[in-house]
Amino acid sequence: MAVTLNINGEDKQVDAAEGTPLLWVLRDHLQMTGTKFGCGVAQCGACTVHVDGSPTRACVTPHDALEGAAITTIEGKDGAAADAIRSAWEAADVPQCGYCQSGQIMAAVALLEENASPSDADIDNAMSGNICRCATYMSIRRAIKDAATRL
Amino acid sequence: MFLENINVIPRQGEPAPSVSGPAVISNLSRRGFVGLSGALVLGVGLAGCSSGEEAEAPVAKAGPSPLTEVKGGDATPSLWISIADTGAVAITCHRSEMGQQVWTAMAQIVADELEADWDDVEIVQALGHPKYGDQNTDGSRSVRYNFHRLRVAGAAMRTMLERAAAQQWNANVADCRAELGEVLHTASGQRATYGELAAAAGQLQVPAEDEITLKTRDQWRYINKDIPSRTVPKIIRGEGEFGIDVRRPNMVYAVVARPPQVFGGTGTVNDAAALQVPGVLQTVRLPDASPPALFQPLGGVAVIGTDTWAAIQGRNALDVQWTDGPNADYESGAFEQAMMETARTEGAVRRNRGDTYAALEAAETRLASEYYAPHLSQSPMEPPCATAEWTGDTLECWACVQDPQATRATLAQLLGIEPDNITVHATWLGGAFGRKSKPDFVAEAAMIAREIGRPVKVTWTREDEVRHGYYHSVSAQRLEGGLDADGNCTAFLHRTVFPPIGSTFAPGLATPTDGEMGLGATDTPFATPNIRVESGDAEAHLRIGWLRSVSNIYHVFAVQSFAAEMAVAAGRDQKDYLLDLIGEPRTLDPNAEGATYPNYDASIEEYPIETGRLSNVLNIAADMAGWGRDMPEGHGIGLAVHRSFLSYVATAVEVAVDADGNLSIPGVWLAVDAGTVINPRHVRAQMEGGTIYGLSNALYGEISARDGAVIQDNFPSWRVMRMEEAPRAFEVEIVESNTAPAGVGEPGTPPAAPALTNAIYNATGVRIRRLPILGPNGRRLSLGDAQET
Repeated sequence: MAVTLNINGEDKQVDAAEGTPLLWVLRDHLQMTGTKFGCGVAQCGACTVHVDGSPTRACVTPHDALEGAAITTIEGKDGAAADAIRSAWEAADVPQCGYCQSGQIMAAVALLEENASPSDADIDNAMSGNICRCATYMSIRRAIKDAATRL
Repeated sequence: MFLENINVIPRQGEPAPSVSGPAVISNLSRRGFVGLSGALVLGVGLAGCSSGEEAEAPVAKAGPSPLTEVKGGDATPSLWISIADTGAVAITCHRSEMGQQVWTAMAQIVADELEADWDDVEIVQALGHPKYGDQNTDGSRSVRYNFHRLRVAGAAMRTMLERAAAQQWNANVADCRAELGEVLHTASGQRATYGELAAAAGQLQVPAEDEITLKTRDQWRYINKDIPSRTVPKIIRGEGEFGIDVRRPNMVYAVVARPPQVFGGTGTVNDAAALQVPGVLQTVRLPDASPPALFQPLGGVAVIGTDTWAAIQGRNALDVQWTDGPNADYESGAFEQAMMETARTEGAVRRNRGDTYAALEAAETRLASEYYAPHLSQSPMEPPCATAEWTGDTLECWACVQDPQATRATLAQLLGIEPDNITVHATWLGGAFGRKSKPDFVAEAAMIAREIGRPVKVTWTREDEVRHGYYHSVSAQRLEGGLDADGNCTAFLHRTVFPPIGSTFAPGLATPTDGEMGLGATDTPFATPNIRVESGDAEAHLRIGWLRSVSNIYHVFAVQSFAAEMAVAAGRDQKDYLLDLIGEPRTLDPNAEGATYPNYDASIEEYPIETGRLSNVLNIAADMAGWGRDMPEGHGIGLAVHRSFLSYVATAVEVAVDADGNLSIPGVWLAVDAGTVINPRHVRAQMEGGTIYGLSNALYGEISARDGAVIQDNFPSWRVMRMEEAPRAFEVEIVESNTAPAGVGEPGTPPAAPALTNAIYNATGVRIRRLPILGPNGRRLSLGDAQET
């Protein structure tokens, strides 16, 4: 059934099976592959996007429940917090393989948009849903602090 | 024959085979460059081609290069570098990028000797092809294998550019000097860019190795500098292509239902309900697998859909009767007991110094400890994923593979196609850790593509990755020590029992291989007068494979735990005791004591085991951690040190355990001596990542089997470390060294587990000898079995 989704400020017509998670609509139907598949059960955070500004796991969110919502992906995320996070990530070479980093960045940007100077505990709370097997956790913590100073 | 192509780590023999010309020509002609190769000389490089499709550097025109026999393999500059008339420098990376920053490292080496301007450099991923020599990106050896020859290639290209400039200016080449993408004539001040000189340089003979001059270390511009990653600018925008991101015209999507047991079969299949799922196109039955496992698919039923979700839903709707195979009885609890029984009896001698049994009998104090470590899954964040396109004559694959040449060889054998008709593109790898050195998932894609006649992408779900892997081996070990009246160790017995990786390639192989024994068992660096290392057999019932640092994980867990246990028994400081065990600075050759020790494929002369470097990193890490300082209640520091992949790493871990058993890690301090380092920033990242990988496995990791099938399925039951559980602080010190480069991707992992368990002992008196410490659900350490500290 065709639905209209607003993604990164653009309306997109999507014709996917009822209940298809947003993740596969983005990746397989719209060729927006920046959002990654990691577990399919909202346990790893690799698929994190923003829905109306809130970090959301695209792998368990049916696309057809999102008509009228503002969906933002790594490809379209901009603004002061996103710029600060990207600058801090690049300055420190936070990513290793980079596969989980779209989700890490989307989670970190959402954190900074809510809380411009997060504590260690705030960072742990916001980021512990995002697994990184390369274990860039130390760098992510440092970079979020750095990004806060760049805001 | 196939076994010879497969790298049972560490491989015996030559480090990096060089392969000469004919294969190069067939490769180019296959892709339409026949007849052009004479014109495609260095300067008119393919970086200038508008199509962007033929990305590899061209072959030089004039006869065989005198640089094909350089240490490490073929250093012919045009194999690695092309310079377009715009000045753009394309540097080929023939190793797979999986987060270790090999793109950046390879380019740093070439660009430095080439005197390229870093801003002009583009990195091109090589196809899988023997002309590059070894492309098997494992064993922490990309830099070690290629450092010299890539320097030679860069310097040779620089020399050709200088010679071209000298010809153009009628000048003496000694007066022409390359610098940052230009050649300068020092006397006249004339200058020409690499782009202007490239075509003329391409007409020149490639110089011989003795005609070029490598830079001295003080002239390095990029090597040993914190050069930023070449992948990160793309990653932060969601760009870059991983295996799972590949898309081909007319492509469909597949997932596979595989038999729960290795070598289990597919019985009756009812796909009627699956075919009713919207978007499901068809199913394909794959052939049952039979021993040896090699890199063949496991069999089962593929479900093809118009998107990945449809294929997954279709698979859920399949009704398949799986049949039992030879591994149906595999049960991890019973297997653990059987292995431990084996470890209690005398095994095959793999290294012997003195008379250990007599010395144990004569000892004032005897200790014995038994250690167990379970199977582990590599679990890179990107699961295995491959896309294949079959034209009827040729096969083209895109996949996140660590070894594109083994992939090509596997596809050729399994599908009966000539290798020259197979093209393998290595994409970026979303992590690998050894899983993606096994291209079974590419073979699945290729077999399905040929069957259905359309391009297809096979995606492994997380459940597939956890349940159908090539697992880190399960192990049981028994260590015995004899101490004299002063507490000094006089006898050291190490028995290790585990199903070897070789079982994946040779059915029934149950004896640990020399390569695996050399990962933390036969290379124990102790000065103890009596040392005996034995192995016991164990048969594999899952596919066993490499995982970051391989057998070092369980061996170093046992040896470094036992060293601390002996120190405690002797009433001595654990660091001092470990330094005493290591003894005076000297070189050590286990081959002189009956071992067959591969030394990570390196010569023992070039890369000796140097005990002084071990003691040095141990002292540094202990100092960084403040070893001996007053600790708060419930805190403890543990130490461990090990040489692996030719690098020396010592790790100090501080743990804090509260009265309820809640465990946290306030700090980790690590010292590494990896010889010459290409990029210190990225070495620090590998040390942090490798350590946390090891801590995660030790705390939480356990793959176990029941009725022959793996029990765990996804991150809730296969638990990995999250940010809130990660160390609060982490410091790395890199020892300055001018020695040959060694590995960095893996050596951070082995000391992590014993440093952690030694810290737990020092904090609580609880001695952990069975991993994992907490498991998938555990939140608290059991303090019930605390011993006197």
